[in-house]
Amino acid sequence: MLRRLYPHPYLSLFLVLTWFLLVNQWKIGSLVMAIFLATAIPLITAPYWPTSPKLNSLRALLSYVLLVLWDVILANITVAKIVLFMPQDKIRTNWVRVPIDLKSPEAIAMLAGTITMTPGTVTADMSACGRVLLIHSLHAPDPDAIRDDIKSRYETRLKRIFE
Amino acid sequence: MMYALEIFISALLVIGGIFGLTGSYGLMRLKDRMQRLHAPTKASTIGVGTALIGSMLHGLMIGTGFSWQEVLVMVFIFVTAPITANYLSKVHLHSRHYDGKIPETGVSRDWATFDKTTEGAEPLLPSRNTGHDS
Repeated sequence: MLRRLYPHPYLSLFLVLTWFLLVNQWKIGSLVMAIFLATAIPLITAPYWPTSPKLNSLRALLSYVLLVLWDVILANITVAKIVLFMPQDKIRTNWVRVPIDLKSPEAIAMLAGTITMTPGTVTADMSACGRVLLIHSLHAPDPDAIRDDIKSRYETRLKRIFE
Repeated sequence: MMYALEIFISALLVIGGIFGLTGSYGLMRLKDRMQRLHAPTKASTIGVGTALIGSMLHGLMIGTGFSWQEVLVMVFIFVTAPITANYLSKVHLHSRHYDGKIPETGVSRDWATFDKTTEGAEPLLPSRNTGHDS
C-alpha cells in the first residue's frame, strides 16, 4: 500500500528536501506543501519511470559525490592550463571508446554525467545497445589511459552503489 | 574574524572570475567545435560554484542567514549541464562540419545517434521486459 503510494521513496525524500531548500525556512505550512509535492510528483511521473533503482549504500553515494567534486576541481586546473598555455598544435584531441559493464540505466546516466562534468572529457554518445560510451577528450595523448581511469575510478564505484 | 571571512569571500569570487574568463577565452581560442565544448563546462563548474559559495557565506556575514536556495542552484546546474553537452555533441555529429572520425562501437550495433533499428536499448527496464515476454 505504502509502496504504491510512494513508488520512489528516495525521489519523495529528495522532493521534500528540495522544497525546504526552496522556501528556506522551517514552517508547518511548508511541510504540508512538501508532503503534497512528494506524493503527487512521483505518482504523476511513475509511468515514465516504472522501475525503482536499487541503491545499496547512501554513504557510498555521498562519498562518490565528494570524490567527483574533488576531481572536478583538479581537472579544472588541468584544463585551464591547457587552454591558457598549451600551443594549439600540441593539443591532441581524441575520441575515446569506453566499454561499460553497468546495466542499470540510472548508473549509466550517472557515469555519463560524471564524465561530462569533469572538464576535459565530454560524453558524446552511447552505442544503441547501451554497452559502449563515446567520449570526446580535449587532450589525450594516450586514449587507453583515460578509458582505464574512467573504468577504475568511477565505474567500479557506481557498480558497487547501484548493482 | 569578520575581516578574514571578507578576504575569503573575495578570494572565492576572484577565483570564480578567473575560471569564468578562462572558459570564455577557451571558446575563442580552441579551434574545432568539439574542443570548444570543453571550455564552458569549466566555467559552469568552478566559476559558478565558487561564486555561489561566496554568495552563501556573504548572506551569513551580513546577517540575512545562510541562503539554502543556492545549494539547489548548484545541484540543478550539475544535473542539467551534462545533458546540454550531450545534445550539443549529438547535433555536432549530424552537422555538416562533422568529419566522420569517430571510432567504431566494437559491438554489433552502431552509436545511438546513427542507429536506424527500432529495438530498445539493451539495459531494458525490467517491467518492459516482462511485458514483452508475457
